[in-house]
Amino acid sequence: MKKLLNKIEAGKRLTPDEGLALFKGADLLSLGRAADLVRRRLHPEGIVSFVIDRNINYTNVCINKCRFCAFFRDESDPEAYLLSDRAIYKKIKETIELGGTQILIQGGLHPGLDITYYERLFKGIKKRFDINIHGLSPAEVKHIASESGLSLKDTLERLKESGLDSIPGGGAEILIDSVRGAVSPKKIRWKGWREVMLAAQEMGMPTTATMMFGSVETIDDIVEHLRRLREMQEIHGGFTAFIPWTYQPGNTELGGRTATGVEYLRVLAFSRVFLDNFPNVQASWVTQGSAMGQVALRFGANDFGSTMIEENVVAAAGVRNTMSVSELVFLIKDAGFAPVQRNTKYAIIKRF
Amino acid sequence: MDYKELDSRLKNGGRITDKEALALFSEQDIFSLGALANRVSERRNKKLIHFIKNMHINPGNICINRCKFCAFSKSEGEAGAYAFTIDEMAKKARSVKGRVSEFHIVGGLNPKMDTGFYCELFKAIKKAIPGVKIKALTAVEIDYISKLSSSTVNKTLHVLKEAGLDSMPGGGAEIFKGPVRARLCPEKIPGRRWLQIHEAAHKSGIKTTATMLFGHVESYSDRVDHLRRLRELQDRTGGFLAFIPLPFHPKNTRISDTHPISGLDILKTIAISRVYLDNFDHIKAYWVMTGEKLAQTCLLFGADDLDGTVIEEKITHAAGGESKEAMTVDEIVNIIKKTGKTPVERDTFYNHLKIWN
Repeated sequence: MKKLLNKIEAGKRLTPDEGLALFKGADLLSLGRAADLVRRRLHPEGIVSFVIDRNINYTNVCINKCRFCAFFRDESDPEAYLLSDRAIYKKIKETIELGGTQILIQGGLHPGLDITYYERLFKGIKKRFDINIHGLSPAEVKHIASESGLSLKDTLERLKESGLDSIPGGGAEILIDSVRGAVSPKKIRWKGWREVMLAAQEMGMPTTATMMFGSVETIDDIVEHLRRLREMQEIHGGFTAFIPWTYQPGNTELGGRTATGVEYLRVLAFSRVFLDNFPNVQASWVTQGSAMGQVALRFGANDFGSTMIEENVVAAAGVRNTMSVSELVFLIKDAGFAPVQRNTKYAIIKRF
Repeated sequence: MDYKELDSRLKNGGRITDKEALALFSEQDIFSLGALANRVSERRNKKLIHFIKNMHINPGNICINRCKFCAFSKSEGEAGAYAFTIDEMAKKARSVKGRVSEFHIVGGLNPKMDTGFYCELFKAIKKAIPGVKIKALTAVEIDYISKLSSSTVNKTLHVLKEAGLDSMPGGGAEIFKGPVRARLCPEKIPGRRWLQIHEAAHKSGIKTTATMLFGHVESYSDRVDHLRRLRELQDRTGGFLAFIPLPFHPKNTRISDTHPISGLDILKTIAISRVYLDNFDHIKAYWVMTGEKLAQTCLLFGADDLDGTVIEEKITHAAGGESKEAMTVDEIVNIIKKTGKTPVERDTFYNHLKIWN
C-alpha cells in the first residue's frame, strides 16, 4: 500500500490492478489524503468552483423505464408531462435572473419526440436567451437519432447547429453491460454511450462523465468503469469533469439501500486518484447533503457542481437537498478554498 | 502540529494542552488529525462502535426559557404547544416494549411538570417495562424542578433516583462561557450551575453525559474552555459516560446571521474532543444532528458511539434537521460495518448487550 501511495505522490499513473489493490486495501483517510494531494497538484490555485444552473426536465415520459429510476412515467400515466416551450422559457428567465449561465435540459426518452422538436426548442431558447444549453444525455441523443431516422453524426450536428452547447454525462450508470442489464436493461449499452460521447467530443462539444454506484455493482466494476473513462479521455480529452453519485433507492423498482457516506468518500477519492486525465471532479451535494458535500472537497472534489435551482430526478427518489449561493460560498470558504462561479467550460466568471 | 510526538505523549498518559487544542481547530490537515483521533479511540475502545436501542420521549414543548437557538419550545397557549400526560407517555413506552433498552426523556421547563410529576412518570414506565433504563432530565430541568418543588438539587436527585432515574443526559451545556450564553440563551442556568448539578449527580451515583452545542456564535477558544471545564470535572468525579458534540441547526431559530452546518468542522470537533477529553471513555456522533452519512464518517475521526434508534425525536427536527426520524438496528449495523469497525449494542452504562462480529 505504501508503494502505491508513493506512486501517486510521484504523479505516476496507476494500472487497473494497482487501482483495485488501492481501492480494496487503503484506509479511507490515506485514500483521502492521496486524493487531496492530487487535487492540489491539479488545482494549485486553491479555488473551488460551482455553476449556477437549473435542471429542466422537459418530460418524464420514458420508454427505458430503468429499474433504479423513480422519475419516469408511461405516456398514459396521469402524472406524465411534457413542458410547453413557454414553461421552459419562464424557467430560463428565472435562472438568468438568479445569475445562472447554464440550463441542464434532460428528459426521458419520449416516444413522440423527434429532432424537429429539439431543433425548434433550442433555436427558440437561443433566440431569446444568452445561456448555455447543457443537454441530452447519450441515451436521449441515440433515441432522437432513431426516432428521426438519422445517423448519430447528423443528429449531433443538427442539435449543435440549433443551439446545443454541451452534453451531460448522465446515463453512464456503470459502463459495464452486465450491470446495465440488471439496473437499466433497455438503456443503451456502454459502447453506445461511448460512441455518442466520442462523436460529440470530436465535434468540439464539451461533455461530462458520471457514475451511479451503490446499486448492484462490485468494486471491480467501479474500477473497470473508471478505466474505460480514462481510456476514452485519452482520445480527445473532451470530458471536462467526472461526477460520481450514489444510487437513490426511494420509490424505485430496484429498491435496496443507498451507499453509505464513507463508501461515497472512498469512491470519490479513488476516482480523483485514478482519473489522472480528468481536470475536474465534482462533489455531489444533491445526493450527499451539503455537509458531506463540503467534506468531499477534501476527498478529491474541486467543484461543487451546480446550485440546482431546480432538481426533480433525485427528488423523485425522496432525497431533497437544497443550497443557496451564499451557503455554497460559506462552505467552500470554511473548507479553506476561494469560491468562484464558473461557466460550463470551467472559465471563472465571478469571485466571492 | 507534531502528531507523532502528541500521539506518543497521549499514549504515555500525557495530555494535550489548551493551546495545542486551539491550534488544532485551525488545522488544515484533517487526515493526520483524524488518524490521531482514530488511534486514540481504538486504544480505548478497540474497533468497537456502540449504539443503543432507545426511544426519545419529549414530554412537552412548553418552556419558560425560550432560548434563542431553540426551534422546539413554545409558550403555553401558543399554537403547536403540547404536554403529554403520564398515561400517554406510559402508552408510548408500552408500544415499544422489547424493542428498546432506554428511554431518553427531555422536555421544556413547564410549571406543571414538577418533581412529583417526573417521579410518577418514571414509576409508570418502569412498571410498564421492568428493567428498562431511564435517562432523563437535563441539568437545566433538574435546576428548574428542584426550585418548583422548593427543594435542593441533592434532595431532588435522590427522590428521582428512588423513582427510577438511572442516568442524566448532557443537554443544556451549550457553551459554558458567560458572554456566549448571554447571546444564546440568557434565561438558561449559567455554565457553572450546569457543572455543579452534574457534579452533584455524579456524587449521588447518577452517571451523566456531557454535550457542547457548537457552530453558532462561539469562538474556537470558547470551545476549548468548554472542553477544559468538562475534563476538570471528570478528573474529580469520573461520572461522565460520554461526550457528545452537537452541531447547531439554525432553521426556525431566532439566531440570525448563522451559516449552514460545516461537515469539516464537525469532523474536526469530534477528533479534537477525542484527543482532548482523555478521561472520557466515549465520544458520540449523534446522527440525528449530523445526518447519518456524516455521523458514519465521524466513526473514522474518533467517535465510538452513534447513539441509537432514537424513535420519535422532535427537537432537532423542529430546527430543520434533515435526518430521518429513526433508524432501524439493521441500518445502524450496516453503517458501522461499512467503516470496517464492529457494531456493539450497549445499554445506558455501556455494558455490551450484543456484538456483531
